[in-house]
Amino acid sequence: MDPARKRRLRLIVALGAAAALASVLVYTSFSASTEASKPSQVRPGHAYELTGKVVNGSVSHAGDELRFRIRDRDGHRSVPVRYAGAVPDPFREGREVIVSGELRSGTFVAERDSLVTKCPSKFTKEKRRS
Amino acid sequence: MEYALAFLLLAAVVALVVALPFLRTGSAEAEEDARRAELDAAKEAKYREIRDAELDYRMGKLSQEDWRAVDRELRSEAIEILRRLDRLP
Amino acid sequence: MAGIGSACLAVGLFTALYAAGVSIYGARRGRRAWVTSGRRAIYCLAGLMVAGTAILQSAFLRSDFSYALVAEGSSTDTPGFYKVTAMWATQDGSLLLWALLLSLFSAAVLFLTRRSLREIAPYATAVLGVVAAFFLVLMVGWENPFDTLAAPPMEGNGLNPLLRHPAMMIHPPVLYTGYVGFSIPFAFAVGALVTRRTGADWIRATRRFALVAWTFLGTGIMLGALWSYTELGWGGYWAWDPVENASLMPWLAGTAFLHSIMVQEKRGMLRIWNVSLVCGTFVLALIGTFLVRSGILDSIHAFGASTIGTQFLVFIGVVVAFSVALILARLPDLRSRAKLDSLLSREAFFLLNNLVLVGLCLVIMWGTFFPLISEALTGDKASVGPPWFDRLTVPLAIVLVLLSGIGPVLAWRRVTLRGLRRVLVAPLALTLLALLALLVLTDASQSPPSLVMFCLVTFVLAAVGQEFWRGASARRTVTGEPWPRALVRLAGRNRRRYGGYLVHAGIAVLFLGVAASSAFHDQRDVRLSPGQSFRTGHYTVTYRKPTARLGGDSAGTGAPISLGAVLDVKKGDQRFTLHPARNYYPTQDPSKGVVSRYFEGEANSEVDVRWGLKRDFWLAVRPDLASLDRPIREADRRFPGASNDVQAVVIAALTERYRSHPPPAAFRAIVSPLVLWIWIGGAIAVLGALIAVWPAPEARLRRVRSLYAARLGRELSRA
Repeated sequence: MDPARKRRLRLIVALGAAAALASVLVYTSFSASTEASKPSQVRPGHAYELTGKVVNGSVSHAGDELRFRIRDRDGHRSVPVRYAGAVPDPFREGREVIVSGELRSGTFVAERDSLVTKCPSKFTKEKRRS
Repeated sequence: MEYALAFLLLAAVVALVVALPFLRTGSAEAEEDARRAELDAAKEAKYREIRDAELDYRMGKLSQEDWRAVDRELRSEAIEILRRLDRLP
Repeated sequence: MAGIGSACLAVGLFTALYAAGVSIYGARRGRRAWVTSGRRAIYCLAGLMVAGTAILQSAFLRSDFSYALVAEGSSTDTPGFYKVTAMWATQDGSLLLWALLLSLFSAAVLFLTRRSLREIAPYATAVLGVVAAFFLVLMVGWENPFDTLAAPPMEGNGLNPLLRHPAMMIHPPVLYTGYVGFSIPFAFAVGALVTRRTGADWIRATRRFALVAWTFLGTGIMLGALWSYTELGWGGYWAWDPVENASLMPWLAGTAFLHSIMVQEKRGMLRIWNVSLVCGTFVLALIGTFLVRSGILDSIHAFGASTIGTQFLVFIGVVVAFSVALILARLPDLRSRAKLDSLLSREAFFLLNNLVLVGLCLVIMWGTFFPLISEALTGDKASVGPPWFDRLTVPLAIVLVLLSGIGPVLAWRRVTLRGLRRVLVAPLALTLLALLALLVLTDASQSPPSLVMFCLVTFVLAAVGQEFWRGASARRTVTGEPWPRALVRLAGRNRRRYGGYLVHAGIAVLFLGVAASSAFHDQRDVRLSPGQSFRTGHYTVTYRKPTARLGGDSAGTGAPISLGAVLDVKKGDQRFTLHPARNYYPTQDPSKGVVSRYFEGEANSEVDVRWGLKRDFWLAVRPDLASLDRPIREADRRFPGASNDVQAVVIAALTERYRSHPPPAAFRAIVSPLVLWIWIGGAIAVLGALIAVWPAPEARLRRVRSLYAARLGRELSRA
């Protein structure tokens, strides 16, 4: 095989591999992803990644479980959550959290260890000028 | 007030430092130094390649004919660089 | 003094723009004086940034709360070390850090290349000046670190306790050194493209900077992982969090760049790859800097929308557009005449290496930005989690390790099959032995990817060992030296090569640790009362007693209250004790009661880890404060507005109550094998990089001597 043809062949193989990788990428990501949503948007029978704020005064412990209510960042609609697993250190009422799970009979049952609390804002919009 | 004063002072210092080259003259020598430095760097790199090739041969990665061919090519390239270095005044 | 600091920034901005302008003018008109002036302007910029940083640091050390930044991030009771490092815990301070590092690096590279690269250096100066100007504009216009408060408070907010960890405080400067370092090869690549001098000159001048940047970036990533493992309560070191990914991507691209430039230096090939890789690495470094402060992705680190997100996005867009346009315009100058001779050559493997690393980078990029992609395509913001990342990156990582083993044993241009057989026989034999040993002696077969990784790690270590051995014996046939000296001389005379081999070995060991600890760790979450015990991974853990400390936590972070536990761990003859705890920091929130203030602020886990070469025992505790709830509220009611002394007495009583009547506490115990080797492997890689970057004194001496000889010749002929 002359070198030019060999090189073209290699190029085709490389492009084919790239196309294969790209399709694997797209397929697996769309099928394995969880949809991000707000508490006011969750519906039963679907896995979600819920983002919202912990409602003040709603945090309680029942044995190993953590219970709290989560509300929309800018709203009042809230959903009760039952969570088991590691609770991140910054977890507090009023803080923004992300938790994955499913809505079952009115309560959002969370996946184990899926609770993420956003670090309190270091870079805020408020500026203090002299 | 402190800000304005500091601004003017610092700007003046910087202006002084960056204006100096315009007051000095003649750097044909600097040109030559630059060319010499570039050729020297290329020479060092070529020497390293020659040594690397020999190490590869001694470690058994290159066959003797392959090494001879590569060595010949690299050495002629190095000689060319040395010639150009010699041509500099 | 704050006014002087602000003036440093403003003058710095003009200086940077001046440097860019005169350098371009001088280069286009061939007027050397202008170019020199531009270079000196960069020196001035470095001086200004140093002065500004010194002013800010002195404000922190003096606890001068008239500075908004000091009031925000420090307090009089913050330990000294954290006062110094608090500067880059804030947005403004970290922008100043970027500008400082950029100006210092720029000054260094321009000083080192002041006599060479005459055509390229001016354009590089211009690029560096523009980038510096961007960061300065951000500070002058939006986030000035020298902002003062009209009414300085008596006490500052103090540093977020989660950040009070040595690794977390060195993490930003180390990471930024990595990001900034890559701007140097980028600037020179742009210069090379503009002037059409697309040979290896720009690479030779900036190679060391790229290597140093890569090393710092890698170290920064590892520090972050170490912090996550030892400081956070979940016991892992990598979560595929967007911010973690944002630092990994430039590192991967930088790795590809460092390898790919070797091909251009040796054979003049892969030039398009190299300029693309360096531009990509720099853009990814900017994205990494930007992601932490943008709020566009949900992450544990994302702090919501910030004031400079849009500006960053615009700047990144400009850099991308400029780079792409420039590369496309110079495509004819970049095509190499040499072609790939054979697939069994170092060049081919380096090309394959590029493809795998870029592939890894793209996978991670896709996963990280998936929420935005899916929102754009489907309208729903969906995200992918660690399982997806693991599934896609593990195969690519396996290929990468395989390549890192084969690459070093190949030669340039072409390797004959016979030659290949000779170099691969021993490593393959050892790998096979390892495979058999693993199958028979351990249960590694339970996780096939880990088994494959273990075998490949053996292969890499064997191949590297063989290289050292063969190289030393090749020396000995010529010089007859003893083995130790032959090895040292070998590495000393071929620093790039053998330093690089050591890096490969280090990374292989790192992957060994990652594979073992991810696939074979044992985790248990339990609730225990004192006296109870549980079993995990052949260990028996007994909760001996609770602990309560007031004012003086073991980690030195200045926490007033520290509640924890003492646990005895036993396995066969081995016995040790662990002291995990949880620190509580008071909140300044005025709506909280006087006493509950101390329990409702930040809290963080002081994890106790027993390190071991074979496995780590990691333990975290989460005391249950529910039993103290009523006494705390009672105290709030009875002592509103109490003085500090009264508060201390009340707190002491409460913590004593916790100690004497402890409720069950939640524990998490993780036994992970070979975690220590992750950090050891990283350290080996850094050592290898140091060896590779170390300049060879003989070469420099020769160069300097020849310059002096030339000067002597000129002056003599003039006399």
